Formats: sequence, structure tokens, C-alpha cells
Amino acid sequence: MSHPVRGRFGPFGGQYVPETLMGALEELEGLWHEAKADPQFQLELAGHRHAFVGRPTPLYAATRLGEHFGGAHIHLKREDLCHTGAHKLNNALGQALLALRMGKKRLIAETGAGQHGVAVATVAARFGLECTVYMGTEDMRRQSMNVRRMKLLNTEVREVTNGTRTLKDATSEAIRDWVTNVGTTHYIIGSVVGPHPYPELVRDLQRVIGDEAREQYLQADGKLPDAVIACVGGGSNAIGMFTAFLEDRDVTLIGVEAGGSGVKSGKHAASLVGGRPGVLHGTYSYLLQDGDGQITPTHSVSAGLDYPGVGPEHAFLRDTERVEYVAVTDKDAVAAFKLCTRLEGIMPALEPSHALHHAGVLARQFGPGGRILLCLSGRGDKDMDSVESYE
Amino acid sequence: MRATSSRLEKALKADGDLKLVVYMMAGHPNRKKSVEIAKRLAASGVAALEIGVPHSDPLADGPVIQKAGQTALDHGMTVDACLGLASEVSGVGAPVVLMSYVNPILAHDPRRFAADAAQAGVAGVIVPDMPIEEAEPVASWLRSASLDTIFMVAPTTAPNRIGAICERSSGFVYCVTLTGITGVRKELPAGLKDLVGSVRERTELPVAAGFGISRVEHMKSLRGVADAAVVGSAVVADIDAGKDPLLLVKELLKACR
Repeated sequence: MSHPVRGRFGPFGGQYVPETLMGALEELEGLWHEAKADPQFQLELAGHRHAFVGRPTPLYAATRLGEHFGGAHIHLKREDLCHTGAHKLNNALGQALLALRMGKKRLIAETGAGQHGVAVATVAARFGLECTVYMGTEDMRRQSMNVRRMKLLNTEVREVTNGTRTLKDATSEAIRDWVTNVGTTHYIIGSVVGPHPYPELVRDLQRVIGDEAREQYLQADGKLPDAVIACVGGGSNAIGMFTAFLEDRDVTLIGVEAGGSGVKSGKHAASLVGGRPGVLHGTYSYLLQDGDGQITPTHSVSAGLDYPGVGPEHAFLRDTERVEYVAVTDKDAVAAFKLCTRLEGIMPALEPSHALHHAGVLARQFGPGGRILLCLSGRGDKDMDSVESYE
Repeated sequence: MRATSSRLEKALKADGDLKLVVYMMAGHPNRKKSVEIAKRLAASGVAALEIGVPHSDPLADGPVIQKAGQTALDHGMTVDACLGLASEVSGVGAPVVLMSYVNPILAHDPRRFAADAAQAGVAGVIVPDMPIEEAEPVASWLRSASLDTIFMVAPTTAPNRIGAICERSSGFVYCVTLTGITGVRKELPAGLKDLVGSVRERTELPVAAGFGISRVEHMKSLRGVADAAVVGSAVVADIDAGKDPLLLVKELLKACR
């Protein structure tokens, strides 16, 4: 288990933000430690997780996928069955409760695929808070259904036209909003990225995925899986899944990044596989950047993975070799999306479709008797257009 | 505490008049013109010239400086070229302060950046996304190259932090006037005087107020409050519009007296 020392995971993490935000980060850190230790808060969180999110989510044996890949046992942790369709609500819910505790009446968030934006818009509606979500125009185009959902939930969706018009620039705009409105506004960051305490806070709120899955797996199978796989953009579903297994040294942990057109092509979003350390959005972690420290454009068919950075704990887990990180291309992810839909009657989001492809690779290596647990982080309705229009 | 006062310290200390610091983006509107503009600004009577190092993701900046940075990057501006610009300008008049986000410094290697900046005749460095807690190792390398490191105090800074920030600063202390990002504002916040006052109580360094300052009235209201005023977006906007920024600078300088 990695414990951040002054907001660090080894050398990674930190608080590289304008001075204006330092007070708010300190307040948030103190408040979270207080809330975490408060049985009343935990009880409230558990109640909402059960009745509002729909937890625990099931563990599902994907037998037809397993057969297709040569007989390995593949289990899916069904985060796609969370209310709003992805694991993002676990984090948004917890942070909305924190915002209420802080007396902040306005929520802001960035979103790429729109799943985090929808999750924050949803908790804002549920708790009667004002909400603004920043989204790049490129992502608004490819995830138009989620834009409509947010608007129906009474959230203001602000277009971001800077830079690459995707998640990176939406995050920068959300941070600028927070710098300006920090007294009244809580920023719900969507992944285990950003300045301390966010990587820790979001991990703590997402670890319910792995905690549930580990127990369910043991109950179903009597022992732990050989490998646990999850997709990694910023890395919140993966950290949520991996945290429960970090001490289980016999369990191989694999994070799957967006390989785009292939890491060698330069058109990808695989920061751990193809990047080097630097500072983006307040944290020191692996990044896609040029020699001058400018962040380089990313590419992925999946808006949720299309981000040039990654959570600092993943950087630490990479360098300490506890987790192996690989990249899967757009093409393979789209094929896995279709395969899972046809064989299991489950339409996965494009993000975990990257992990599904790698599960197939691993299943073939393991052969019959191989046992794989995969985090199906979200459902794929939002991606139908992207998949249909993919050549 | 300090044996001698630095160039910046001497240049920015108000001596009855308010001092003016102006900001421009290296490589904006293009490399050649920015050298020309920088030289003229440095010779215009300002107390110091802040030169921005462009970054793809400038978190503390509003649209005007964001756009200028993007233009500079589109013209191929690099950290090396910024240092080159600084060396052309540093002997002209006003001391040069580089303002860079932390990642370009890390990518350049902090040790080499400090050495190169000192070689270029730079007087000090401001890193807007590097609070005192994250200052090492960058600040140590800057110090060992005899460069001032200027940290920022914001309206949201808790009183107990202000002292620590002043202690870590050299050259001057940068007082962020408002809770927000850079960019022109109509009026300066009411609490500014108190904020500058509480910084003053904790340091003998000059105190420069920045963010949102663009008008003659702003300058007048800062006289007797801060040692210096930093004007950024208004100057950058003029450069962006193809106007001569010296017209504004002269007007602002007049208001300093």
C-alpha cells in the first residue's frame, strides 16, 4: 500500500497550483480526513451508494468471451450498472457530500467523455447545488448525448475552444474557474489527477470498486484472480480496482492506456507507456510533452482516455513495477467493443473496451484455467456514433 | 537577514513614486517583433520588465495571455529562445524577470535553466504554479545562480502563510490583487490595501501588486499602498492589436508620480 508523504507517491504528486488555491486544497484535505473518520458521514455515503448509485455492482462471469479467447475465466466488475452508467458517480457522490459539508453551493467539473460531467450534474440535481461543467467542443461533438443529459439535469455546459478542445483544456478551464470562485465553489475533479489531496481523495472514493470485487471474487471462486485489468486515462477506475489488490503479490495488475493509432505513430494518449515525468494540472506525473515541457496533443477514439497526463499514484506504481502498463490501439478497442456486445449482450464503453482487448490477449496467454478480473468501468451507449463512424 | 539588496529590490522599492513593472510574452506577436518591443519597454522607464515564457497550459492566465502564449508557441518559441531574448534585453535598461510555469523549467532542467538565465543577465524568476511547498529544487538552483525568486501572496493566503512566503522570496514579493486569473478588470478589489499592508508587516522587500491592473486610476489608488504595480494583460492586448504598447506605458508611468 502506498501512503502519500506530504501529498506524494514516491516522487510523484504534489501541489503545483497558483497560490490562490493553496488554502482551498488545505481545507479540502483537512475536511476529507475528518469526514473519512466520521461514522455519520460514512453511513450517509453508504446509504446513497446503495439507494442512489445501486451498489454493490455485480460481478459477472463473461463465459462466452472466455470461451472465445480459448477457455480462460473472465469476470467483469459491472460498474456500467452504476446509476448514470459509469464508475464516475462513486467519486461525484462522495465529493458532493463534502461540498455540502463545506457549505459550498456551486459545483464545477471538467469532462471528456461526458460521464464525469453527467455524474456531477446528477449529484448537483440530487442535492440542489448549482453546477457548471467544462467540456471541449471536440468532445461535445463526439459525446453529444451526454451534453444533452447534462443540460436536462440543469447543468450549464461551457464550451472550451482552447488548444485541443478536449479533456486537457476543459480541465485547465475548470481550474481557472476554481481560482476565480474558490470561496463559493467546490471543484469535483473527475479522476485521480490534479493537486494533492485529489489523487488520494478520488482513490478513497473509488476503492469501493476493488473492495467489493475482491470480496465477490473470493466468494465466487474461493481464491483471487491471476490478473486484474482496468483501463487508464487519468486512472480512477483502475486505482479504484487495484487498491484492494496491491498487497496481493500473486495477483498481476495491468493498466491499459489508449494507444490511439499506435504508440510509435505518436498519435496516442498513453502517458505511462510513451511519456516522461512533468507537471500538468497541479501534479507531477508521467505526461505527453515535447522537449520544452509543452504538453503535446493526444489522440484516442475514446474521449475518456484522451488525456496527456495520468494520476501520480499510477506513475509510482509503474516505476515500482507493481502494476504493468500497456497500450491498446483504437482499432483493437473498437473490435473488443463489438465482440463484447455480441457475445455477452453487454455494450461496454470504449474506455474499458481497451482493457477488454488486452483481457483477450492475456486469456490466450493463460489458456484454459486462466482467471481474469476486469473493471467494466462504464456502458457504451454514448459511444455508438464513434463506433459506427470508425472506418 | 540579507547582506545586500538585489537589483530588483533596489529597482522596485518605491521612493515616493510608485514603480511600474510591465509584462510581455516572449515570441509575441512573433520572435523578431518581441525582441524589438522588449528593448523599447526595457528602456521606457519601467522599474522592471517581466518576460513571459509561453506554456501550452497556463493555469493562472486569462484569455489575453493564453492567446499570446499560444501565438508565441505557434511561432516556434522555445525556452532557449526566451533566454536568448532575455540576454538581448537585459543590458538595455530595466532588470529582466522571467515568468515561467514550472514544467518548461523542469523540462529544461532546473539547474541548467538557472545557469542559463543568470548567463542571460536575468535578475529574477517568477513561477506562478510553484507555491513555496513545491519550490525545491528549482528555488535552490535559482538562488545558487544569484537569481531572485519571487513568490506570490494571494487574497486567499492565510495570514500564517504570508510570513513564510515573504521569507522565501527575494527581489520583491508579488501580491496578487484579486482571487482569479490574469486579465484586465474595471476596479481593483477593496481588500487590496489590507492585503498589501499585511505583507508589508512581514517583509522589508518591495511589494508589487499585480493581476487586473491596467488603468491610470488603478495606479493612482496603488500609490502609497504598494511599491510597484505590475501591468500585464493590458500591455499584451495592445501588442496583440498591433498598437504601440509604449503609449499605455507612458500614460501609466505618468500616473506613478
